[in-house]
Amino acid sequence: MSTLSISGLNVHFSTEAGSLHALKDVTFDVPERRIVGIVGESGCGKSTLINAILGLLSDNGEVRSGQILFEGDQDLARLSRGQMQDLRGPRIATVFQDPMGALNPVLSVGRQMINIQYRSPQSRAAKAARAVEMLKLVRIPDAESALGRYPHQFSGGMKQRIAIAMALMMEPALLIADEPTTALDATLEVTTIELLKDLQATIGCSVMFISHHLGVIAELCDDVVVMYAGEVVERGTVRDVFRAPAHPYTRRLLECDPARQSRRTRVLPTIPGEIPDLRQRPRGCVFAPRCLERHAGCDTPQVEHALAGDHRARCNLAPARSPAAVPP
Amino acid sequence: MLNYAVKRLGLSVAIVSLAMFLLFCMIYLVPGDPASVALGPRATEAMKEAMRVRMGLDQPVWVQFWNFFTGAWTGDLGEEVLSGRPVLDVVLEQLPYTLVLIAGGISWSVALGIPLGCWAAINRGSFADRLVGILSVAVIAVPSFVVAIYALLIFAVTLQWLPAIGAGEPGDVGDQLVHLILPSLAVGLGWVGYIARMVRASMLEVLEASHIRTARAFGLPERLITYRYALTIAILPTITLLGIGIGQMLSSAVFAEIVFARPGVGKLVYDAILTRNFPLVTGAVLVTTVIFVLLNLIADLIVGALDPRVRSSF
Repeated sequence: MSTLSISGLNVHFSTEAGSLHALKDVTFDVPERRIVGIVGESGCGKSTLINAILGLLSDNGEVRSGQILFEGDQDLARLSRGQMQDLRGPRIATVFQDPMGALNPVLSVGRQMINIQYRSPQSRAAKAARAVEMLKLVRIPDAESALGRYPHQFSGGMKQRIAIAMALMMEPALLIADEPTTALDATLEVTTIELLKDLQATIGCSVMFISHHLGVIAELCDDVVVMYAGEVVERGTVRDVFRAPAHPYTRRLLECDPARQSRRTRVLPTIPGEIPDLRQRPRGCVFAPRCLERHAGCDTPQVEHALAGDHRARCNLAPARSPAAVPP
Repeated sequence: MLNYAVKRLGLSVAIVSLAMFLLFCMIYLVPGDPASVALGPRATEAMKEAMRVRMGLDQPVWVQFWNFFTGAWTGDLGEEVLSGRPVLDVVLEQLPYTLVLIAGGISWSVALGIPLGCWAAINRGSFADRLVGILSVAVIAVPSFVVAIYALLIFAVTLQWLPAIGAGEPGDVGDQLVHLILPSLAVGLGWVGYIARMVRASMLEVLEASHIRTARAFGLPERLITYRYALTIAILPTITLLGIGIGQMLSSAVFAEIVFARPGVGKLVYDAILTRNFPLVTGAVLVTTVIFVLLNLIADLIVGALDPRVRSSF
C-alpha cells in the first residue's frame, strides 16, 4: 500500500485573465517508507501540489478532477475542512523552505511545540518533555533551555532543525519537505539531509522531498518525479531516471547540473526559454517550444509511456529511445 | 525585559529634558515681560523690578534655564499668578479628569478598532471589509470638535440619553462614567478609524507570512492561528501608533473639555491662556509632555513584553 497515491490530479486557478490549469493529470505514488524526490524548475507546480495535498489551496484554486489517496482509503481532495485539519500535523507533516520565517517570531519554541500537540490528552509537562526529546533528536544543544527561547535566538540551520523536529514530533505517516535545505549553506545542507535520512529511518515515515538540487535528490531519494509546467514528465527510481533519462526535459535538466560539468567552463548550460503560459496550454507536448528534439509528433497529446520497471515518461519518443520499452 | 525597561526609561528622561529645553526657549522667546503681565497695567517700575528679581529674570539666560530645569525635575514649577498656589498642585488636581478622558478615548478606539480591523482582514474583499474601509476614512476625516458638538446635540440635547456637561458627581463612579461616554467618544472616534485600518493592513500582511502557513500545515485550529499566532504580531505596530496618537488625543481633549465643560488640563490651559496666566500654561504643558512620554514608554514596554525581538535588540 502506498502512503500517498495521486492519480489524474487536475488543479485550476481562476484568475482575472481566465482559468489557469496549474496541475495537469498529475499521477505518482509515494510508497510506504520510501523517499520520493520531486524535481522541477520554479513555477513547475511544486507548491500547488503541496497545497493541494494539504488542502490549503488559495480560495481561487480548485481540484477539478483526480484523487489524492492517503494510506489507501482517504481521498484528500474530497475530505471536509475539519477532517483535513485533523490529518495535518499528526498524519501529514510539512517542513517549508524558509527556516527564518517558518517559526512564529513572538512565541517561544516550547510554546509552539506544545501547541502543535494540542490534540493530545497528555499533560503540559509530558508535552514539554516530548518537545525536549525531539529537540535532542535533531541535535539542538541544551534542549531544555531551548524551549524557553524564541526563534530569533537560533541560527538558520538550527531553526530548520527545530522545524524538522516539530514536523516529526507527532510521528506522521507522510513528511512533505519543501526545499528544506535550499536556504542553508552547503555544509549545513549535507548535515540536514543526513539528519532527515536518519529520522526517516527511525520514525519509519514516507517522505515527499521537493528540491531543485539534483545532487540532493540523488543522494537522499529512492524515487524521483520530474515535473514541468504542472505535469509529471518522468518518474521512476532515482537509479533508472538518472542513468537513462527518457524525457528530453530530464536530460536537459541533468546536463544543466553544475556537478555534472566535466570540463572547466565559465558558462554553465541553461535551458533557453520559459515555462509556457498555463492559461493557454498547448494541445501537444508542453515542453516542445524549448525542446531540442522537437519533431512532428510533439503537436499531438503526449501519453505516459511505461518503460523498464516503474520508469515512466510522458514523451511520445520515449519508447523508441528506450531499449526495454514496454508497449502501452 | 528589565534591561530593556531600564534603557527605555533612560531614553524617556532624555526626551523630557529635551522637551524642557524647547519649552524654555519658547517661553524665553515669547515677546512681552512676564513680570508686567503678572502684575497688571497699574504696577510701578519698582514693583516690576522686584518681581523680576523674585522670578529670577535678572539672572543670565543659562542660569534661568538651569533654575527652570532643576526646579522642574524636583517638581517646582513656580506659582500661578492669580492665587499664588504652586502650579504643580493646580495641574495635578485637574490631571485625573484628563487621564480618564484619554483612557476613555483609547478604550473606544481599541474596543472598536481592533475587532473591526481584524474582521475586515479575515473577510478581505467582502462587503463588510469595504464598509469598514469607508467608515474608517469617514471617522478619521471628522475633527474631534465636530464629533463633540454633534454628539452633544444628538445624544444630550435631542435624545436626552446622556448628560451634556460636567464630569459627574464626585465619588459616584457610575455617574462619572455616564458623563465620560460622549467626551471620550469625541476624543477616540477618529482613532477607531486609524486603528481599524492599521490592524487590517498588518493582519493581512501577517496572515501571508510563512509561519502562518506552517501553523496551518500543523493543523492548528483557525481561531488559535488568528488570535494567538497572527493578531499578537499584527497589533504591535498598532500599539506604537496608539502611543503616538495619545499626543493627538491630548489636543482633542482640550476641545472635548471645553465643549462638555469638563474639568481637566485642557480646560485649565485654555482658561490660563485667556487670563495670561503664563506659569500655569508652562506647567500644564510640561506635565502634559511628561504624561505623553510616560504613555509612550508604557506602549513601548507593552510592545517589548509581546515581542521578544524588540527586547533583545535593546
